[in-house]
Amino acid sequence: MPKQIHLAAQLPGIHNVTVWSDPRSGSQIAIGSFVHLARTAERGKFDFFFLAEGLRLREHKGRVYELDVAGRPDNLTMLSALAAATTRLGVAATVNATFNEPYEVARRLATLDHLSGGRAGWNVVTSFDAFTGENFRRGGFLAEADRYSRAAEFLATARELWDSWHGADVPADPVSGRFVRPGAGAFTHHGGHFDIAGRFTTPRSPQGHPVVIQAGESDAGRDFAASDAEVVFSKYNRLEEARAFYRDVKGRLARYGRSPDDLRIMPTATVVVADTDAEAAAYADEITRAQVSPQTAIAHLEAVWGRDLSAYDPDGPLPDIDPEPESLVLKGHSVFRTGRAETARRWRALAHERGLSIRELVIEVHGGQTFVGSPHTVADAVDHFVQTDGADGFVFATHLTPGGLDDFVDRVVPLLQEKGVHRPDYTGTTLRDHLGLRRPPDTGRTSRTASAQWEGSAS
Amino acid sequence: MNDSPLHLAVALDGAGWHPAAWRSEGARPGALFTPGYWADLVAEAERGLLDLVTFEDALGPQSAAPHRPDDRTDQVRGSLDAVLLASHLALLTTRIGLVPTVNVTHTEPFHVAVGIATLDHVSEGRAGWRPQIASRAADAAHFGRRTTPQLTDDDLRDPELIAARLRPLFAEAADVVEVARRLWDSWEDDAEIRDTATGRFLDRDKLHHIDFEGAWFSVRGPSITPRPPQGQPVVASLAHASTPYEFAARASDVVFVTPFDRAGATAVLAQVAEAADRVGRDLRDRPLRRFADLVVLLDDEPGAAARRKERLDALAGAEYTSDALVFTGTPGELADLLLDWRTAGLDGFRLRPGALPHDLTAVTRRLVPELRRRGAYRSAYGTGTLRERLGLPTPRNRYAGQG
Repeated sequence: MPKQIHLAAQLPGIHNVTVWSDPRSGSQIAIGSFVHLARTAERGKFDFFFLAEGLRLREHKGRVYELDVAGRPDNLTMLSALAAATTRLGVAATVNATFNEPYEVARRLATLDHLSGGRAGWNVVTSFDAFTGENFRRGGFLAEADRYSRAAEFLATARELWDSWHGADVPADPVSGRFVRPGAGAFTHHGGHFDIAGRFTTPRSPQGHPVVIQAGESDAGRDFAASDAEVVFSKYNRLEEARAFYRDVKGRLARYGRSPDDLRIMPTATVVVADTDAEAAAYADEITRAQVSPQTAIAHLEAVWGRDLSAYDPDGPLPDIDPEPESLVLKGHSVFRTGRAETARRWRALAHERGLSIRELVIEVHGGQTFVGSPHTVADAVDHFVQTDGADGFVFATHLTPGGLDDFVDRVVPLLQEKGVHRPDYTGTTLRDHLGLRRPPDTGRTSRTASAQWEGSAS
Repeated sequence: MNDSPLHLAVALDGAGWHPAAWRSEGARPGALFTPGYWADLVAEAERGLLDLVTFEDALGPQSAAPHRPDDRTDQVRGSLDAVLLASHLALLTTRIGLVPTVNVTHTEPFHVAVGIATLDHVSEGRAGWRPQIASRAADAAHFGRRTTPQLTDDDLRDPELIAARLRPLFAEAADVVEVARRLWDSWEDDAEIRDTATGRFLDRDKLHHIDFEGAWFSVRGPSITPRPPQGQPVVASLAHASTPYEFAARASDVVFVTPFDRAGATAVLAQVAEAADRVGRDLRDRPLRRFADLVVLLDDEPGAAARRKERLDALAGAEYTSDALVFTGTPGELADLLLDWRTAGLDGFRLRPGALPHDLTAVTRRLVPELRRRGAYRSAYGTGTLRERLGLPTPRNRYAGQG
């Protein structure tokens, strides 16, 4: 039996994926845009809808970055609303482990799981930079080296909080007069990052724990995924590199007593569908050119060079002057944070070898669209990618808000269903059901105390 | 006589405000954590054309004592996050205002502001919130980041003693509201330009750092969320003493007060007006809507509501009292009281149903028609945002035109 493909959709809130200059491009913030995209994903029997988080607007040369879409909602608040506009679709959000505390995050995620009837997912990420910290009480308090220990302890603490309520803790029996069982919600966690105790407010949610998602390509990130995550997002959407990542991460699971089936690997991807392969290819080029406007080409170049290059012609050659590796002109954009001297060397070599202008170069390194072609071509490519263990599925980011998923759902999804690799309808009600993930055991109140593991990890 | 429209809000909390409400006939105690339970309640409130509903919340379980946790198992314990709950209900309603309670002592001001802005976008202009300080010291241990004052049994005898002890938390809460208001304004309404000629989605001259620096935290901004439809979602606060009156005068658009009779209402409103004077707020320029809170148990038959309360008191093992007047009577009697108190200058009332859904339905199906019969309540929702319904002016963006 072929592998079943897991599909997710996101509404990109920043970056140049979204072609806002297209006349069909709608609002980035209106509730109607989110409802349209979520309902389209549900019509296509997707596993879930995903929203990243925003903690600070990106800045370029000290001012707010103007060229990309911006302006997005608090994701858990938006997903709570969308849970009322859908009935089966999972709803997943990135929530930062640095600028939040476990009690509140665990509570909000448990609430989303209750409100959605068991459809919540949580992409655990960490930040450490002082730039983002300027919007928060503690500022940039976390050292980069402590990122994963904080994330791991944060997640473990959230799980302790979710487990502090047993499934049977709310008898709500008017005859006996017992609403709640004694001790429900009691917890104690003494660790290096968190030292907390008391009572958790929110009864055990339908999934027990929301589905835990993780994204991270580093060695530590892969280990965290293998030990703790149930879904992994990755940037590897080219088949060979994707297979290598897939093999590596799935291979790590056994070390943590887990089976390869306990983790779904889902790269982010884009898709362009047209009647014929040739039309789709032309349309994909058009999209990529729109994504890399002349101004965007210069801005990306400045991000790598670390200096003002506004005097350069985007249709001319790359600058002769060298990058300033210490200077950061684009803040809040993780892609351009490190390794910029090496990137500049690579870009120069490529431009020289191929005779590319600045904009052509940026288009080239941008990478274009992931799946391009007629509906049959795209369906075959998506299926092949999954069946040959490049992935378990994809998170699609669409270049048009909110209609960018329509073609895929109307024209490609039926083909995947015909192939028997995508569900004709939902067979379960929870996100765990869709992803084929086990429910965590309802072990009752097992608050750990004085966990040496956490104390050690943060020293 | 007050000829401005009368405003009515309902405060939703668990199975109702009486601690034994969950054991009443018609209660759905097993459904308190399901979305359908709340959807039904809010639909009923909207059917009654109420201005808004509020949702209680706290970062710790409910307790019979306001200042410390308890181990009781015979009362409702457990809750959902109120902002997310309100947002979930936004797409299931079309007119009613949604006002969740939000703790501002243990949360991040930036997250709070963005959450309420999102609620306003989702509900297309029906969002409010009630910033609430942490009055229970035990809740601080849930976060492990700070300590907050422990109230004593003696403090509880007098709201002024409570307020005095919690005064620093109120000052910090005022900073949180200030940050939220600045963040909501940090995007001008026309910041999104989509100018293909220059390749710009945004005009950065219309986005503003807020550069708030206070005694407890600083926030740089701008918000990640465009300016909400109301510009400034409605800020509401509950107040029983001079410090919270001053907080309301500084920070709020709506204040919930708790007089026990008409003379008390007159006195409280005078204190609120004095507080506004002290903080230099011109109420003609920036109106403050004053609602009186009442717990209500309503039955058509005279005496039935009082008997029902006695039964609930017996189940609870103690007579139920509250920070607000506990009214038992007929919908007609309540209408008499509301219209009488209103002459003190109140703009409206926030009714706390003793038991759900019974006392909510009594408000929407008996009280509201009775008020309407007396020409004192609307017969249809108008169009417009929650601010507009409350007669609050459309706020000018503080950063507009600054470049």
